[in-house]
Amino acid sequence: MNAPLPRVWDSLRQSRGKRLERAASLGFGKEIPVDRIIDLLEAVIQPGDRVCLEGNNQKQADFLAESLADCDPARINHLQMVQSVLALPSHVDLFERGLASRLDFSFSGPQGARLAKLVQQQRIEIGAIHTYLELFGRYFLDLTPNVALIAAQAADAQGNLYLGPNTEDTPAIVEATAFKGGIVIAQVNERVEKLPRVDVPADWVDFTVQAPRPNYIEPLFTRDPAQITEVQVLMAMMAIKGIYAEYGVTRLNHGIGFDTAAIELLLPTYAAELGLMGKICTHWALNPHPTLIPAIESGFVESVHCFGSEVGMDAYIAARSDVFFTGADGSMRSNRAFCQTAGLYACDMFIGSTLQLDLAGNSSTATLGRITGFGGAPNMGSDPHGRRHASPAWLKAGREAYGPQATRGRKLVVQMVETFREHMAPVFVEELDAWQLQRSMGAELPPIMIHGDDVSHIVTEEGIANLLLCRTPEEREQAIRGVAGFTPVGMARDKAMVENLRDRGIVRRPEDLGINPRQASRDLLAARSVKDLVRWSGGLYAPPSRFRNW
Amino acid sequence: MEKLEFKFPSQALLAAAPPALCGVVGSGNLEILVRSGVDRQICEISVNTSARGFGETWRAVLATFAASQAVGGTSIAINDMGATPAVVSLRLAQALADYRGGAQ
Repeated sequence: MNAPLPRVWDSLRQSRGKRLERAASLGFGKEIPVDRIIDLLEAVIQPGDRVCLEGNNQKQADFLAESLADCDPARINHLQMVQSVLALPSHVDLFERGLASRLDFSFSGPQGARLAKLVQQQRIEIGAIHTYLELFGRYFLDLTPNVALIAAQAADAQGNLYLGPNTEDTPAIVEATAFKGGIVIAQVNERVEKLPRVDVPADWVDFTVQAPRPNYIEPLFTRDPAQITEVQVLMAMMAIKGIYAEYGVTRLNHGIGFDTAAIELLLPTYAAELGLMGKICTHWALNPHPTLIPAIESGFVESVHCFGSEVGMDAYIAARSDVFFTGADGSMRSNRAFCQTAGLYACDMFIGSTLQLDLAGNSSTATLGRITGFGGAPNMGSDPHGRRHASPAWLKAGREAYGPQATRGRKLVVQMVETFREHMAPVFVEELDAWQLQRSMGAELPPIMIHGDDVSHIVTEEGIANLLLCRTPEEREQAIRGVAGFTPVGMARDKAMVENLRDRGIVRRPEDLGINPRQASRDLLAARSVKDLVRWSGGLYAPPSRFRNW
Repeated sequence: MEKLEFKFPSQALLAAAPPALCGVVGSGNLEILVRSGVDRQICEISVNTSARGFGETWRAVLATFAASQAVGGTSIAINDMGATPAVVSLRLAQALADYRGGAQ
């Protein structure tokens, strides 16, 4: 037998100790003066480190991101960044300035074009594009951060953190970093003597710095009801009557578009008239959408757990603690990892929009020259094979898909799109741009957001296609063509086959659902402006200034 | 701007009525005027559109409308500012209902 090779078993702890010693030797305690943050970062971050920069589609550790980008690339380089969202210019600066070389992420909305350019110039290596939950999962396996740079609302003298309503990704990031020999640095908006509540205990946090301005939060989930169109009202009516009511969907997640905002605003009016109060939409995995206020106030909604918060909703949420998850202090506690888990395993339906759909029902929001990533949609919009508890909606969908003897149910995954986007760009296409993007980026897989075999229904202004009931790829293709309207894909339909699918209830028109398109009026919306939402909230909702036009 | 002219056979709309106007000329929207026409078996449609190059899409949308509704004997004028087929179909249904309502 060979003797085991000698090795060190606590190298992470030793490395952590050396980093902390370097910081101490520069005179740093736990509270870092704002003008010395770069000195601290250069002391504790080493070349080649895996660094998690907190930033998602709402809360951003923007001050720490800018500070890291201003560090000396001669001292800090080859960083491997892991982060939910590449959203800020400073996130891309890290790569352009030679500080970081590799990126594992989930979503890159606003920086998608700059990111694509860096890939083509081979100045960035993309490890993979993930869903949020996958990325969090990898923080605990093979992408554990050496250093985490996070954002909190407040710190006390010991270094305990209060995260405020926008808890979001912080617990997952801190847990992975603090318990695997990593360093946690938090930017805080304020230092207070006593925190409203402790969200992160002080001994998981190594350093805090008070940022010169509050961390940036994007009001991403605010949809102005004034912009909802009659066509969106029509599709919302079809979805409510043809899917929500038929399956009795009580537990669900909505996407962030105007299509689903229209549904939220039809609950107190159209859905209530159909007698659906208490029968649909009672439990939500959803950010606090302002457009959900009328449904909450009407008594439709029992519970909402949130990924993050939404600007202007804090006072309303605090006053509706039966509905939202709140701390003993009264303010909301969100948690992206748990809410994504709820969306994956505890929701019976996901409904959202997309930019392109192909003939197999695959959808993508990727367009040429932009790498946008996925966020949470693929978790929400997929049928989890590990689910074992039953519900009426899940069972009905399962029996439609697999027959009466089915031993499992099926999540409803609904894509809701107008057949054409603005500038007459068809949503239905023969080939997704994702394939061309894959070729031009040299990626291993095309960036498909939701796979066709996970999609159960497609709703357009022309009707609803129920893909669960399709028995062959040909039926599936014709069902999709059959609701693709006047797009080239829609006009190339086999009319006889589509009529046959209609006879079998696989394709349903508004008139098949007892809906007259002429009834699709904006008058059906429970709120027709942001001001109406404020009124519904009893003045508790305080919309950001850009949504105030009165 | 592009001007398109179409004539579709369609089942006769029985009663002639006062003209009906529906919609607005705004971005992504359109205005539709329905009047009584000459030939009881024909629906005449003229389109003024800000978006060039969509003649075949217009033909398909309008042919479907004329085939599925009794609109013979009407003359329809459309001023379009880039409305999608979904909006066009909805407005046509609204305009026709207004026109029919006027005949009652």
